[in-house]
Amino acid sequence: MTLNILEIAYLIASLTFVIGLKMLSHPESARKGNLIAAVGMLIAVIATITIYQPFDNSKTLNYGLIALGLVVGTIIGTMMAKKVKMTAMPQMVSFFNGMGGACAALIAVIEYQNHNTSASLGFDGEFLVMLLGLIIGSVSFSGSLIAYGKLEGKIKDFVLPMNQVVNMLMLATILGLTVYQMLGNDSTPLFYGLLAISLIYGVLFVMPIGGADMPVVISLLNSFTGVAAAFGGFLYSNKAMLTGGILVGSAGTILTILMCKAMNRSLTNVLLGAFGGNASGGPKGEAGDQTVREISITDTAVLLSYSQQVVIVPGYGLAVAQAQHICHELEKLLEEKGVTVNYAIHPVAGRMPGHMNVLLAEADVPYERLQEMEEINPKLASTDVVVVIGANDVVNPAAKNDSSSPIYGMPILEVDQAKNVIILKRGMSAGYAGIENELFFYPKTRMLFGDAKDSLQKLTSEVKEV
Amino acid sequence: MEQLLNYIGENMEMIYFLILAILLGVEVISNVPAILHTPLMSGANAVHGVVVVGAIIVMLHASPDNYPSLIVGFLAVVMGTLNVVGGFVVTDRMLEMFKKKPKKS
Repeated sequence: MTLNILEIAYLIASLTFVIGLKMLSHPESARKGNLIAAVGMLIAVIATITIYQPFDNSKTLNYGLIALGLVVGTIIGTMMAKKVKMTAMPQMVSFFNGMGGACAALIAVIEYQNHNTSASLGFDGEFLVMLLGLIIGSVSFSGSLIAYGKLEGKIKDFVLPMNQVVNMLMLATILGLTVYQMLGNDSTPLFYGLLAISLIYGVLFVMPIGGADMPVVISLLNSFTGVAAAFGGFLYSNKAMLTGGILVGSAGTILTILMCKAMNRSLTNVLLGAFGGNASGGPKGEAGDQTVREISITDTAVLLSYSQQVVIVPGYGLAVAQAQHICHELEKLLEEKGVTVNYAIHPVAGRMPGHMNVLLAEADVPYERLQEMEEINPKLASTDVVVVIGANDVVNPAAKNDSSSPIYGMPILEVDQAKNVIILKRGMSAGYAGIENELFFYPKTRMLFGDAKDSLQKLTSEVKEV
Repeated sequence: MEQLLNYIGENMEMIYFLILAILLGVEVISNVPAILHTPLMSGANAVHGVVVVGAIIVMLHASPDNYPSLIVGFLAVVMGTLNVVGGFVVTDRMLEMFKKKPKKS
């Protein structure tokens, strides 16, 4: 009887995951969807603790440790999630993802201790599921932590000589070891060897991938962890774990593909590193003798105030400078003067798809002012001024004109169609992809150097006086 | 070979489940506006935190004097909980910002 209640609890949890994810894909219902999934998770956890096994007096230590673990995890998790800045969101997600991966790997480690390899010959499905959970969980763990470190700026780009070859060899070793162990040559050192190689592989897998591609990697690792969780579900015939894990596994894969599509690149291309390959190449030299034209704050203010159509292109630089609020203020001011202001959001603006929308939403920018690339591109030709704030690669015409450029083929915001382009930028450094932007040298482009927040503040007060 | 077939046979129900869940995941996610990608990824991230259930099961199985297992299991519970709680709270924070918008404008 009680076991049936457990199964029903898992059924409810599975349902909430599906419904929650579904609701998360619509703006109006998203928040509720998240809550519903959270409630389902709570039900699954409580049901497992209370019903999975009849209470056993000798195991008070186990129960105590479970309770303590839940409390510690909840406190740390809540604190981290509440404290993190909106700009640091991608690495936070990556960090939590790594924790999930570690959890899956640790489960495999413990189950291995309990597992008796009685089936010396033939196929041992349980053992295979365990090994796969171990491998994927640990790759996801170490990979996510590296992604976290890279986005935090704590880990510098580092490419091993022949990194791709080394990676292939490691992958082959992992596969080989798995097969070898499955064939009945199981031993503890081999098991831990597999764990170690998987961890190292996770590091080397993420290491050479350029920062601009990090969102894709995080999304991919997210689906990895989902799959690792699903293997856990298989191991225990636990349907809540299976549904939750697989849902995320397939959803994460789709999301990864969507992101790649937004950059017009294939997943292999991202992983084998178009950026990684020539990362050390840096900016291309040809721009050396060209000059950029600067514009003063006052001139910018006048230009903006007497425009009809203004489009703001926010990039990660805006987020770093925490300039989204002041940007919104400028936009409101211009609107009062009768200027139409819209925001052009490139699919990969910021560090993750949708990241920029979250940041601008934080600053109370009205929802309908945020326009996606397909929507805004045709309107750019009739736009008087485009203000690019801390964005670079997403407006780089090289993506259209220069087939040798690493970002060639990526759809961009065609701001060079507009009548004027003003670029707010700290200096002349190249963008995240490490490539020169010819847009800066176009005759219609003016540069406004300085910290984005500082410039926007001055700009706002100037506009007030025009 | 026979054992492989046996294993598949025994777990047929789970395999059905697996396949349907994969298709469901694809179906649920397609047609998501780009603006929701980050919250969605974050929400999905929290959902795979369900792996913590596995960690709890491991802890329930462990015998009370098997300290290595208990310690590793404890770590697993902490990390899994971090994944779940952190994930949901972060997602909620992001979505909270979307919320205010339609009313104001």
